[in-house]
Amino acid sequence: MAEAAATPAWVLLAYLVSGVCFILALRGLSNPESSRRGNIVGMVGMTIAVVTTLATHSFATLPEIVGAMAIGGGIGLITARKIQMTAMPQLVAAFHSLVGMAAVLVGAAAYLNPEAFGIAVRVTPIASPSFVSIYPVSRIEMGLGVAIGAITFSGSVIAFLKLNGNMSGKPILLPLRHVINLGILAAILLLIAWFTQDQGPWVFFTVMGLSFAIGFLLIIPIGGADMPVVISMLNSYSGWAAAAMGFTLHNSAMIITGALVGSSGAILSYIMCRAMNRSFLSVIAGGFGAVSSGGDVAAIDRPYKRGSAEDAAFLMKQADQVIIVPGYGMAVSQAQHALKEMADKLKAEGVRVKYAIHPVAGRMPGHMNVLLAEANVPYDEVFELDDINSEFAQTDVAFVIGANDVTNPAAKSDKSSPIYGMPVLDVEKARTVLFVKRSMGGVGYAGVDNELFYRDNTMMLLSDAKKMVEGIVKALD
Amino acid sequence: MDFISILSIFVLACFVGYYVVWSVTPALHTPLMSVTNAISSVIVVGALIASASAAVPGSKWLGLAAVALASVNIFGGFAVTQRMLSMYKKKERKDG
Repeated sequence: MAEAAATPAWVLLAYLVSGVCFILALRGLSNPESSRRGNIVGMVGMTIAVVTTLATHSFATLPEIVGAMAIGGGIGLITARKIQMTAMPQLVAAFHSLVGMAAVLVGAAAYLNPEAFGIAVRVTPIASPSFVSIYPVSRIEMGLGVAIGAITFSGSVIAFLKLNGNMSGKPILLPLRHVINLGILAAILLLIAWFTQDQGPWVFFTVMGLSFAIGFLLIIPIGGADMPVVISMLNSYSGWAAAAMGFTLHNSAMIITGALVGSSGAILSYIMCRAMNRSFLSVIAGGFGAVSSGGDVAAIDRPYKRGSAEDAAFLMKQADQVIIVPGYGMAVSQAQHALKEMADKLKAEGVRVKYAIHPVAGRMPGHMNVLLAEANVPYDEVFELDDINSEFAQTDVAFVIGANDVTNPAAKSDKSSPIYGMPVLDVEKARTVLFVKRSMGGVGYAGVDNELFYRDNTMMLLSDAKKMVEGIVKALD
Repeated sequence: MDFISILSIFVLACFVGYYVVWSVTPALHTPLMSVTNAISSVIVVGALIASASAAVPGSKWLGLAAVALASVNIFGGFAVTQRMLSMYKKKERKDG
């Protein structure tokens, strides 16, 4: 076990420095002003880690490495430049899948050639050929790393397909799925334990195969609006996969980063679950929103007030304060730029305009904030649920665009509602609620009717979100 | 490094992560995800070591493939984060 002495102290220090850089990169995100510097520090950390590794390890020929990096880096840079902000959730899911796959590949490479990583010892029994025996601890670390990596990969691929619309966002429910999933998980853990006794390839590759399968099975029953939790969870897994590989390879930069990313994803999942008042387990179990709304047909016939773009423009022009509540529908119809134009026109009329964001609005944490930032909405006009909820009572117009369940008052009053207990925006307290919605037919994701539509102070603006906002902008001239 | 030192680093880093991430403003949760994506690709370090295994060709190609995948994330992740962060602006102060 002489391998430990081979790593010089300065190398360990360099990995520590890059770990600290990554901590600072995350710390910078506490404020938009410091965040840009933080991101640069993160890049420096990554450069230190890569250069240190290249300087201290023999590696494939330089052209091969540069080639691989250029291909990957080129694809990454082009995608980063071209991607539409509304497509961020898909992009993040795709990136997660790559981290997962990279972990699987590194794990497989370490399995095939453990001596290169210093995690094995050559055993020469009397009267039989010598062979390489991987340390038992390393076998567990490797097994876990490959398993988590594979789950991250296949889970993220499904999340990507759902978010990108290649696959229906509806939950797909297999019979006995809980039994199947728990069975596979147990089999993976047992096989990893068995791996310490038998380092044969069948154990290793069965763990890998089963993990790919479970990642797929875990995500298919989860519906579209639970995606903020799923994507945070996969974010967390990609971190744990990197950490497990760090354990396998005894690399502190990977361990620190993996732990940071893992906790980050875990906290985001927690925040998202709390914002929906659901337990993490119930989200993971899936199937929410799968029950179609057979009983809601009667409710759709209730009377409601319908308005036009001109009505909306008139009401908002008279207002002192307008609060805009955006949701996923705004992202779908790309209405953010038109919305900003509308807000500017209103401000010119002397109206105060603010934005209220529910934590689970959209398909990923912070989704709405990015879209508004893209449309040049200053971030100090954008408020979180807790900070603005008390203001609706003093607001003349609440303008709900593409959001539904997060405004449903049933969450506060109706104990039988599936969304009961979920923190919602108190839009109904505003003097008038303008509700932009494609049609009266569709219910929100949770499959519940929204009581708000039929209130006296609600005016429904039935149209595509972008077209409606453009109509209002025209009417404001 | 022995297992206990590695475990210590890991546990302490989890705590650091916990406190640092709670301080991230919710408005920046999307950039948080994309930057964590970029930094978790530090797994490229493992991929580079794997690509060294000239003795086992399979291992080398797996390593190079992992280098390429991780590079997509490193470059793409940091670039898209920078692009997003540059969009967050304060209200313009009226001059004079």
